[in-house]
Amino acid sequence: MLTYLIRRLILVLPVAFGVSVICFLLVQIAPGDPLTAIMPVDATAEEQDAMRAAYGLDKPLPIQYAIWIGNLVQGDMGKSIATGRPVAGEVFGAVQNSLLLAVSAAVIAFPIGTALGFLAGYFRDTLVDRGVTAISIAGVSVPNYWLGIVLVIIFSVNLGWLPSMGAGPGGSSEWQWNWEHMRHLVLPAVTLAVVPIGIVARTVRALAGDILSQDFVDALYAKGMSRVDVLRHVARNAAATALSVMGLQLGYLLGGSILIETVFNWPGSGFLLSNAIFQRDLPLLQGTILVLALFFVAMNLIVDVAQAAIDPRIQRT
Amino acid sequence: MSIFGKGFTALATAVVLAGGTVAQAEGTLRIGMTAADIPLTTGQTDQGGEGMRFMGYTVYDSLIEWDLTSADKASTLIPGLATEWSVGEDELTWTFKLRDGVTFHDGSPLTAEVVVWNLDKLLDDTSEQYDSRQAAQGKSRIPAVASYEVVDDLTLTITTNEPDATLPYQLAWIVMSSKANWEAMDKDWEKVAMSPSGTGPWKLTEFVPRERAVLVPFEDYWDESRIPQLDEMILIPLPEPNARAAALMSGQVDWIEAPAPDTIPAMEANGFKISSNAYPHNWTWHLSRVEGSPWNDIKVRKAANMAIDRESMMPLLGGLMIPAKGFLPPSSNWFGEPEFDPSYDLEAARALMEEAGYGPDNHLEVKALISPSGSGQMLPLPMNEFVQQSLAEAWIDVEFSVVEWNQMINLWRAGAEDEAVDGAQSINFTYFIQDPFTGLIRHLDCDLIAPNGTNWGHYCDPEMQALFEKIKTTFDPEEQEAVLQETHEKYVNDALFLFVTHDVAPRALSPKVEGFVQAQNWYQNFSSITMAD
Repeated sequence: MLTYLIRRLILVLPVAFGVSVICFLLVQIAPGDPLTAIMPVDATAEEQDAMRAAYGLDKPLPIQYAIWIGNLVQGDMGKSIATGRPVAGEVFGAVQNSLLLAVSAAVIAFPIGTALGFLAGYFRDTLVDRGVTAISIAGVSVPNYWLGIVLVIIFSVNLGWLPSMGAGPGGSSEWQWNWEHMRHLVLPAVTLAVVPIGIVARTVRALAGDILSQDFVDALYAKGMSRVDVLRHVARNAAATALSVMGLQLGYLLGGSILIETVFNWPGSGFLLSNAIFQRDLPLLQGTILVLALFFVAMNLIVDVAQAAIDPRIQRT
Repeated sequence: MSIFGKGFTALATAVVLAGGTVAQAEGTLRIGMTAADIPLTTGQTDQGGEGMRFMGYTVYDSLIEWDLTSADKASTLIPGLATEWSVGEDELTWTFKLRDGVTFHDGSPLTAEVVVWNLDKLLDDTSEQYDSRQAAQGKSRIPAVASYEVVDDLTLTITTNEPDATLPYQLAWIVMSSKANWEAMDKDWEKVAMSPSGTGPWKLTEFVPRERAVLVPFEDYWDESRIPQLDEMILIPLPEPNARAAALMSGQVDWIEAPAPDTIPAMEANGFKISSNAYPHNWTWHLSRVEGSPWNDIKVRKAANMAIDRESMMPLLGGLMIPAKGFLPPSSNWFGEPEFDPSYDLEAARALMEEAGYGPDNHLEVKALISPSGSGQMLPLPMNEFVQQSLAEAWIDVEFSVVEWNQMINLWRAGAEDEAVDGAQSINFTYFIQDPFTGLIRHLDCDLIAPNGTNWGHYCDPEMQALFEKIKTTFDPEEQEAVLQETHEKYVNDALFLFVTHDVAPRALSPKVEGFVQAQNWYQNFSSITMAD
C-alpha cells in the first residue's frame, strides 16, 4: 500500500506542473487587458504603460511565468490586480466557502443518489427503475442555474421562507453553524445537488444491476445467505467505482458551481472566478484555477487511495 | 422577457415583503450594488461612477463638490472642503480657501498641508504616501495640475500647466484621505483600506471584501444638513441582475441599483418604488471619421439619426430612457439650442440618403462594434438590433462585430484606425458625460486622437478645436456655460454621433425607503433617507 501511495504521489508532481503551465497560458490567450479593471477608461496610454510595467505585465511571457512559479513555490500567489489584495487570501477564503457549499450538496446528493440507484438496480426493468431513471435523467438534464432561479422565486420571493442570496447576515466571515446562517445554504446546496443525484443514481443503478446479474450472487443465495447479506456483498463490489464517481463529482461541485454561486451571490470560488474572468484579473484567475485544479488532482489521489484500500486488486495495477 | 421576469410576473402576486427575513434595526438601509466588489475604500475609488457614489462621496469629500440636493435641475458645482477659489491674472495659479473646522473621522483637522499630501499621494510617485492604486484612479482625472503648494493652514495654490478653466470640474473627482489615519495604520494603505478615514458624512465601520460594507453617520460632519438620518447603510455587491431583483423582492435588501427592465412591472405591482431621473449619460454610436468612412458624409450621419424611432424603443426598456435629441440630455445646462433635430423622420432620412447617392437598390453597408453587456451599456443587444432594423429602413445595412466588454474597452482605446477593430466604422460605447472634459472635449479633441486619448473616430475640426480652447480659457462660469452650449450645438448640428438615448439611472426601492431625492448626477446624497416602520 505504501509503495502504491508513493508511486501515486510522485505522479502528482508532473500533473501539478502541467496544471500550472496550462493555468498560466490559458488566461493569457483570452483577449482583453487586466488594466481595464483598475484604470479609468480614458487613462492615457502613458499611464497604462506605467501601470503595466508596475505589475510586470510588460515582460515576456516565459519571464512572467518564471516569476509567478518562483513566487508560488515560496507560497506567494501574488496580488489581485483588481483589488490589490493577496490572491492566496482571496482564493482560500472563497474555496472554503465553496467547499462548504460543495460538501453540503454532496451530503444531500450522494446518499439520495446511492439509494435511488440501488433501488433501481435491484428492481431493474420495473416501474421503480423507470421512475428512478426519469428522476436521474431530469437531474442531469435540467439546467441547474434555471432551477436555482425557480427555487428562489418560489421559496424566497413568494413564500419568504429562505433567503435568496449571500452567506449569512454578517457575510461569510461571520459564518456560524446555526439556522440563521444555514438557511442561506439550503437553496444553493439543493440546487447544486440535483446533477450529482442524477449521475450517482445512474452509476449505482448500472453497477448494482450488473453485479446482481453475476453468477456469484446466485451462488451466495444458493449458500443460503440472507438478502441483506447478499446486498452487502453487492455494495462492497460496487463501492470502488461509485466512490470514484463521487470523488470526481465533489471536484466538479467545487469547481463547477460558477452559475449557482452567481445566481445565489454565494461568495465562493465560482463567484470569484467569474469576476476575475470579467475583470481579466490574471493573478487571481491563475491562482483560483490552479487551486481548483490541484484540488481536483488531490481528490483523484484520495479516491485512488481509497479505492485501493477497498479493493486490494487495484494496488497491483 | 427573461425567465426571471416571467417568473416574477406569474408568481410574485402575493409577496410578503418582509416574510422570512431577518429583522433589521430601525433606520438600516441595505443597498444591492451592481459592482462585484466593495469599491476601493482608501480614498480615490475604483468601479467608476458607482464607486464614487457609494464609497467616494459618502466617506470622503472633495474641495469642490456636485450639488445633489435637487431632482429638478442639472447638478452644478458647489463649495465642498474649499469655500472659495479663484484664478490669478496669469490664468495658471488658482488659490483655494479651505473650510475652517473640518475634521476627519479620526479627529485630525483638514489643513492645506493635508490637501497637498493627498495630491502627492496621486501625483508624486517619490512621495512616501504615493499609492499606485489610488493614483491609477485619480491621476488621469486632474491632467491640468502641474504643481501645488501650501500658503497657510487654510490656503493653498494649485498651478496648471496651461490655462484651464475646467480645473474645478477636475478637482470634483479628487477626495481627501486622512494623513493622520494613514500614519496610525503604519503608513500601509492595505491597513487603511480596512479602517479608512475621510471627512465625509459616513464612516466605514465594517468591511468584508466582496460581501458587504457597513457605513454609519459621522455625527461631527461639517454640513449639518447632510448628517445622515439613518442608523446604518449596508452596501452589498450584487452584480447579477436577477440576484439583485430576488434580494429586493425577498426583503434581503431595501434598494437595488439598475433593476432589469423586465422585472420592473412585477416590482411595481408589489409596491416597490422605481426611482429614476435624467443624468449625464448617453448611449450613442461613436462614428469613425477616418478616410473612407461613410460617416464622413454629413447627409448620411443626419439620415441615420433621423431613421431611428426612439419613442418605439422605449417599451424595450420599460420606458426607462430619454430619447436623445443630442449628445447631452435635453435637461443639461449645456444643451444649447441646436438647429438640427434628430427626431424620427424616415422620409427626410431617405431623402438625405438619396442625396448622398444611396437608395433602395444601392444600400450603404457599414460595420459596427457592439458588446453583449457592459457597464452603462443598458441592454446593448436588443437596443442595437433595434437600431440595425431602423437603419435598414433608410437603406443602411449594418453588420455587427460583437466583442466582450473588457475587449471593447481596449478597442475603444485603440481607435478606429487600429487593425484590431477590423474595419468597424462605429463603436457603441456609452459615456459618462458629467463635466466639460468627459462630456465634450475628450471625444473630439485633435490632441486626443486614439491611441493618445479617447477620440475614437479620429475626428479633427479646427472650429471644434477652437471651441475646446475657448472652454478652457473662459474663466467666468456663465460665459463658460455659453461656450459649452455652443460646442454642444455644433455636436448636434453636425450630427457627429448617432444619438440614440440616455439612461435614467433606475433604482428599485422598498416602500419603506423615504426621503430620497434622485439628483441629475452620477452621485447621490444618502443623508436625507429614512426608513419607515
